[in-house]
Amino acid sequence: MSEFLRMGGYAFYVWTSYGLAFVLMTALVVSPLIEKKRLIEGIRRKLRRERREK
Amino acid sequence: MRFYHRLASPRHFYRIAGQWIPWLAGIFFVLLVWGLYESLFVAPTDYQQGESYRIIFIHVPAAWMSMFIYFIMAVAGAINLVWRMKMAEVVLVASAPIGAAFTFLALVTGSLWGKPMWGTWWVWDARLTSELFLLFLYLGIIALYGAIEDKRTAGRAVSILALVGVVNLPIIHFSVEWWNTLHQGSTVSLMGGAKMDPRMLRPLLVMSFAFKFYYGWVLFLRARNEVLERERNTSWVRELVEGKAT
Repeated sequence: MSEFLRMGGYAFYVWTSYGLAFVLMTALVVSPLIEKKRLIEGIRRKLRRERREK
Repeated sequence: MRFYHRLASPRHFYRIAGQWIPWLAGIFFVLLVWGLYESLFVAPTDYQQGESYRIIFIHVPAAWMSMFIYFIMAVAGAINLVWRMKMAEVVLVASAPIGAAFTFLALVTGSLWGKPMWGTWWVWDARLTSELFLLFLYLGIIALYGAIEDKRTAGRAVSILALVGVVNLPIIHFSVEWWNTLHQGSTVSLMGGAKMDPRMLRPLLVMSFAFKFYYGWVLFLRARNEVLERERNTSWVRELVEGKAT
């Protein structure tokens, strides 16, 4: 197992590459999910305000 | 033709994209697990580069995606300019951050591979420079779209920029043939086949298919948000928001 993690002495280069891919690709999925919640909340709030004004 | 018209309508696009999302995500995860297993455990050690070459299974699929996504954006830009199709604009705009991320990933993983193999993080050779220029094109498109208030005007502006920038794609592709580059030539090509061990080629292809499905998944997530934002004052979005629990 530790042999595998060492990557023949190239651990830093290999795991930084895979790690960066993981971080970027996770962020690109999470950000639109948060954005969607924010958008729907915003539209809901606007609808409620309009109804009160009527 | 009917399918095309329905996809061109924001409301139907929103619904159809929503149905596709779980499938795209599911296929991506299956391919990813398979691809990672092959990349890290099945593919043999390279006789020249040792284990460092395993960066290829991230680097090359990311670089392919950086060009593939730009190509999709240029096509969407052309469709938008010719037919004024709203959904083409949405696809273009939603793709840009994904393309920028893959371009950045290709550059950084290339750098991380270059340091142990070439002895340097960066050289200004034609391949690296044109790929860096691609990143600037993506960032330019994102910035330009954000800078213009009216979405339709902004959409037309980025369509033109995406279309003009497409000349960079053949430059990236052929850079390793046209100029003397430190970057190696292509190992895998559509016409010439692949000059590598099948146990190395397979994970490369599986990972690149995985990334394609990932792009489809994230594109639809982002495009749906873009549609919601643009159509926020229509009755169908209002009904959708009222009816939804989350």
